[in-house]
Amino acid sequence: MLYFARWKLLLILGIIVAGLVYSAPNIVPVEARYEMRNGEPTDETRGIWGFLPHDSVKLGLDLRGGSHLVFEVDMDEVRENRVLGLSEEARVALRQEPAIITPRPAIVGDVVIVRVNNPEDLDLAYERLQQISRPIATNALSVQAGTGPRTSEIIRNRDDNTIRIEITQAALDDIRRRTVQQSVEVIRRRIDAGGTTEPTIAPQGDQRVLVQVPGESDPQRIIELVGTTASMSFHMVDPTVQVGADGQARTPPGVVIYPQDNPGEPFIAVQRRALVSGENLTNAVSTTNQSGQPAVSFTFDTTGAQAFGRATQQNVGQRFAIVLDDVVISAPVIRSPILGGSGIIEGNFTFETANDLSILLQAGALPARLTPVEQRTVGPGLGQDSIERGQIAIMVGFAAVIIFMLLAYGMFGVFSNIALLVNVVLILGALTGLGATLTLPGIAGIILTIGMAVDANVLIFERIREESRAGRSPVNAVETGYSKALSAILDANITTFIAAAVLYMLGAGPVRGFAVTLAIGIITSVFTAFVLSRLLVAIWIKGTKPKTLPI
Amino acid sequence: MSLALVQFIPDAAGIPFIKGRVAAFILSTVLIIGSIAAYVTQGLNYGIDFTGGISIEIQTDGPSDLALIREIAGELDLGDVQVQNFGAVDEVLIRVQAQEGDGLEAEQAQQAANLRLQEALNEQYPGSIDYRSIEVLGAKVSGELQRAGIIAVAVALFLMLIYIWFRFEWQYSVGAIVALVHDVILTIGMFAVTQLEFNLSTIAAILTIVGYSMNDTVVVYDRIREKIRKFRKMELDDLLNLAINKTLSRTILTSLTTLVALIALYTIGGPALEGFAFAMIWGVVVGTYSSIFVAAPLLMVTNVARESSD
Repeated sequence: MLYFARWKLLLILGIIVAGLVYSAPNIVPVEARYEMRNGEPTDETRGIWGFLPHDSVKLGLDLRGGSHLVFEVDMDEVRENRVLGLSEEARVALRQEPAIITPRPAIVGDVVIVRVNNPEDLDLAYERLQQISRPIATNALSVQAGTGPRTSEIIRNRDDNTIRIEITQAALDDIRRRTVQQSVEVIRRRIDAGGTTEPTIAPQGDQRVLVQVPGESDPQRIIELVGTTASMSFHMVDPTVQVGADGQARTPPGVVIYPQDNPGEPFIAVQRRALVSGENLTNAVSTTNQSGQPAVSFTFDTTGAQAFGRATQQNVGQRFAIVLDDVVISAPVIRSPILGGSGIIEGNFTFETANDLSILLQAGALPARLTPVEQRTVGPGLGQDSIERGQIAIMVGFAAVIIFMLLAYGMFGVFSNIALLVNVVLILGALTGLGATLTLPGIAGIILTIGMAVDANVLIFERIREESRAGRSPVNAVETGYSKALSAILDANITTFIAAAVLYMLGAGPVRGFAVTLAIGIITSVFTAFVLSRLLVAIWIKGTKPKTLPI
Repeated sequence: MSLALVQFIPDAAGIPFIKGRVAAFILSTVLIIGSIAAYVTQGLNYGIDFTGGISIEIQTDGPSDLALIREIAGELDLGDVQVQNFGAVDEVLIRVQAQEGDGLEAEQAQQAANLRLQEALNEQYPGSIDYRSIEVLGAKVSGELQRAGIIAVAVALFLMLIYIWFRFEWQYSVGAIVALVHDVILTIGMFAVTQLEFNLSTIAAILTIVGYSMNDTVVVYDRIREKIRKFRKMELDDLLNLAINKTLSRTILTSLTTLVALIALYTIGGPALEGFAFAMIWGVVVGTYSSIFVAAPLLMVTNVARESSD
């Protein structure tokens, strides 16, 4: 127990040096590590820091301030849209030549029902409808073999000449997955365009998106940026419909009434069918119109430009509406055909809203509506206070434990205190090196670890004391103390580690930070208490050859 | 020459812990019944993590006028609103209950309520209010967190049980788990009696207490097992007593260093960590007690095997 092979010595030394190197950036001020420009650190490191780890520990949002938001995809809406889409696909499929005569497919809950007028057509219709059930690309093999899951299930019923079309669970799962992925992409584009630093945007669970923006203390801005679907389309206005002040009117089929962002004309009737949709936009920037009012200019892709050109050519003198998320932004009169594929949207804008709209259009529409379900924001003041309080608490706790150990164990207390100091360095180094995030509960975890870390040394020292009293020689007592205490140390720390691991899996933001520091602290404290303090004791015994143990 | 100035526990302390087991069992039973009674009658003061709702921490210029803020928030008709000082006289914590609604509608109502509250506050204190933290949680997320918390505690207890079963025999496993459940119930009881906020970090504290108490119990059990192998003829109660006494100074020392660190956290760490630190302080005391007076004497009840070769 008291003999250390050379490679073990080097390993121990190596671990300590690594701990020092990785934790150093947390102590050295940022000006010493990075080139500064206008009081802000740049990406360029200074001098020797280019060769060393130069980043300090990542602080959680509760310490550095910022907004943490979780959005949920409205799956009900996604499912409704999908069912609507299915009924439309079914209608198109049945209209193909030779057309099969059916009434419009009915939607009952999540099911589309097609009633075939002529019983002889049932099998033909059934065959025809197979084309709308596509394989889901879970993996290439199952698609080729035709055995994989499909987007919908089609069931015919000969008794009443109906065909039921149901969305499969696999299809819904697939849609959900893709919806979340697309949402993450769109949100990332939107937030990046907003110019925020280091946002985290990631799927969480199977229908949520996590958005973390450090330094942003106004979550409302993010909610507006993310919560807007930004589905834009261009529609012809129907001038024949008279809309009442309450938004009510008798509408012919295919015409809908949307509110307009204009007090002079609060509602407006437009064709449901879009001339061009926002998907065909390639570019949108905020600009001003001829009279200097804020506006947004846009450019279509080829398909969009052709469709828009044709529509404006046919409808000179008529009005068309620009609709964003079921609200009409403006409804200008077409003065001349717009053939170049680009135009300008004027509306009730400020420079800020025009800029936001251009960001939203540029980033594309969200596949579904997102609702914030969790919002946690910490202002910069509170975060700074927490850091300062945490630092003082760590120092006071550390000092108290050190004094305590000195009083209890004298010389051996010095060994355990050195071990404890190295322990704190290793925890900080590991947190920094592993890129873990330090949160406020994480600081609590460090303080708790400082208190509990000496446990292993206490176990050992008590054993040594006991063996020494039983009449063993110093070397023998130390040897026996370390070897006999080992099983209790391991058992005790493994059980605490289990608790930390469970806590990590529970996994809610800041509390996770606590689990991480606790787990790291357990590993480092076993190393420092059992290995490092043993080395120190061994060196001391070899150096002084004591007749009795001062314990 | 000894530098050890303080020797906390005399070496051959022969404190008859096991003799006191009947008294300890009665005390524990009374505390457990009391905890359950407090839980049933008073319930827990759940934080926003578990109930959903809005929690806003603000800082005003100079001491805050709680009555005025209460009035402003009350006029918005948002249901139950709590306004209290938080840490300092110019810092206020405003809590609003979860808003009603179906599915995602409730979440939207929540956001709307949050905006209205902030608008009303800004109107009263134009430009002079500092929002230190804002938390808005819907019923959905809070329900999930609640479930996750319960599952986490249950899973942790179960894994401990399995681990001890592997390392010791089943008698130890039962004793350890009874002691842990004892600790968890007393901690929850303490939160019911004091009405301290019970939130996610409380769950973290409970899990850590479980780990800590287990740690203590394992050390005592480890010593008991060692003594059982060594002294095959000794009466079980004497043997348990010997093991507890032999580990006593370690138990007390570790508890004290942990308590010292936790007291630093409690007094300096700020209001956000107060609840956590308080729970941990209580848990360390209870966990230490339960290792000595619950876990070890229980081995007499489960009649631990004496002739084990393990």
